Amino acid sequence: MTKIDPEQIHTQWEHFPHEADMGIRGYGSTPAEAFEQAALALTGVITDPEHVDPSKRMEVHCEVDDPELLLVDWLNAVIYEMAIHKMLFSRFEVSIDGPRLEGELWGEPAVVGKHHPAVEVKGATYTCLRLAQEADGRWVAQCVVDV
Amino acid sequence: MQKSRLKRKSECEWHIEPFGDMRVPAVIFATDDLIEDMDDKVYEQVTNVAKLPGIQKASYAMPDAHWGYGFPIGGVAAFDPDEGGVISAGGVGFDISCGVRTLHTGLSRDDIERVKEPLAHELSRKIPAGMGSRGRIHLNPQEMDDMLKGGAQWAVSRGYGTPQDLQRTEEDGCMAGADPSVVSTQAKKRQKDEMGTLGSGNHYLEIQEVMEVYHAETAEVFGISPGDIVLSIHCGSRGLGHQIGTEFLKSMVLAAPGYGIKLPDRELACAPIHSEVGQQYLGAMRSAMNCAMANRQIITHLAREAFSDILPKAELDLLYDVSHNTCKLEEHDIDGTTKSVFVHRKGATRSFGPGHPDIPEIYRSTGQPVLIGGTMGTASYILCGTEQTMGLAFGSAVHGAGRKMSRRKATKQWKGRSVVDELYKRGIIIRSPSMRGVAEEAPGAYKEVSEVVDAADKAGLARKVARVEPIVCVKG
Repeated sequence: MTKIDPEQIHTQWEHFPHEADMGIRGYGSTPAEAFEQAALALTGVITDPEHVDPSKRMEVHCEVDDPELLLVDWLNAVIYEMAIHKMLFSRFEVSIDGPRLEGELWGEPAVVGKHHPAVEVKGATYTCLRLAQEADGRWVAQCVVDV
Repeated sequence: MQKSRLKRKSECEWHIEPFGDMRVPAVIFATDDLIEDMDDKVYEQVTNVAKLPGIQKASYAMPDAHWGYGFPIGGVAAFDPDEGGVISAGGVGFDISCGVRTLHTGLSRDDIERVKEPLAHELSRKIPAGMGSRGRIHLNPQEMDDMLKGGAQWAVSRGYGTPQDLQRTEEDGCMAGADPSVVSTQAKKRQKDEMGTLGSGNHYLEIQEVMEVYHAETAEVFGISPGDIVLSIHCGSRGLGHQIGTEFLKSMVLAAPGYGIKLPDRELACAPIHSEVGQQYLGAMRSAMNCAMANRQIITHLAREAFSDILPKAELDLLYDVSHNTCKLEEHDIDGTTKSVFVHRKGATRSFGPGHPDIPEIYRSTGQPVLIGGTMGTASYILCGTEQTMGLAFGSAVHGAGRKMSRRKATKQWKGRSVVDELYKRGIIIRSPSMRGVAEEAPGAYKEVSEVVDAADKAGLARKVARVEPIVCVKG
């Protein structure tokens, strides 16, 4: 599980530019950890994850027989939960078993006065989609999200 | 983009002859300056689209084209279903039927000036905007299906607007062939509380002043003259459209190999129009188009309520409503033969010329209004379809300014509060729940909309009719 440590947070997820939208990227020692970090980067598109209290827990399940498509499914599952519950999430736990992903999300309802959400995310896309192990052994999980 | 990679056909028309797997040429409409500033990704994407089965004539990019998902934003392409033609979820985009509608108000600047603060407040109070906002209209499952079938016609039947509004909306406010039964429960759930909400990002509701008229005769038919105050709404199909886009992008990626389609890029996910997935997407996409038109109709009703509380003499009559993320079955002349083709417009506005039977009778003599959104600090434009446009890019034109700077870079360059203060000094009131959102949408992050509009005018895609500038802008 990835904790949000303010010291480490910016080294484990980041945004990269896309002309109209936003690229999100997570790093981890396993694909699952990189997925968790990518989800933090997703929250970072909307608000500072450090301001989101991880008080309420939810679960998501995804299944697709392609690790990169699984990443997009995972992010879209988080986007869906944000949209229907009007929530923001700041803590994620992912376990991947072949084509199956079990995810846990912790967060709180979005409050304009507290979170000042910059945008709502429409969906995760296949643009710049990449799940790979870098030369230094870290896994990187990234794609562009439509805002 | 390097001009040396293109073959110039006229001042604003550039061709890329077919190479590799391209079935047709690619054509970009732009001025020298716009071509030089255009992302190389547009070259890659416009040529990739030319590789898709059943494509007709050419793959087109509008003067505001920029890097999109599979298709460039500002991309236009038509497919013949009887030649294996495809339909692409990426070619329509996540925000299905996102569009602009503009309303007259019957007011002058003087009427607005003294009440613009309370009016801005009332509009932002009545029309929820931004992430996490909920509308006041909640649809049960039966009402949801009725809305997805009926579009703006459903909204008017529920009391949100007048029959005249429908006459001035594309497709009379209702896209035929919508099939709510192929719209997932998740998509419907995502829309349950979102009717009458504006969304976020580049979406807005603006009170604008007509600053200049370029074509008096057409402006008269459109009912606009300098000094008039108009209201423009830019938004789309909200959560429902986003969810449909998400789901079909995936099902088309997974289904494409089974249909023997080799995708040059996963984002170009598509399915033959004559296939199960293709037909399901059509039924779902058309439902989302109805959702977008119903949503803009409800927002119109809410805006009318806000105006009537503060300026009872205002009369908000619809000028026109156009969408710029669509796929429509239309008749076009293809090398001398009239064919029924599916025209994708991703970030491109329909721009039918004078006499076309699909445009309202009142505008039949001038060509349809083409509404182009700018930024909160610059200008928006009203154009009209021309005689040549049908022969250029299946009757299509630009849709907006297009970004020139990423959101990340914009937030580094500007602070939301100073953007709001700066615009206030210029007489423009911004209402937004998020200062970071304002910084990301700062006027300087966009290309000069006038250049894009001038290029469309020069290329013959649409003719400039009027320029409007913002007075109040409600952002998500």
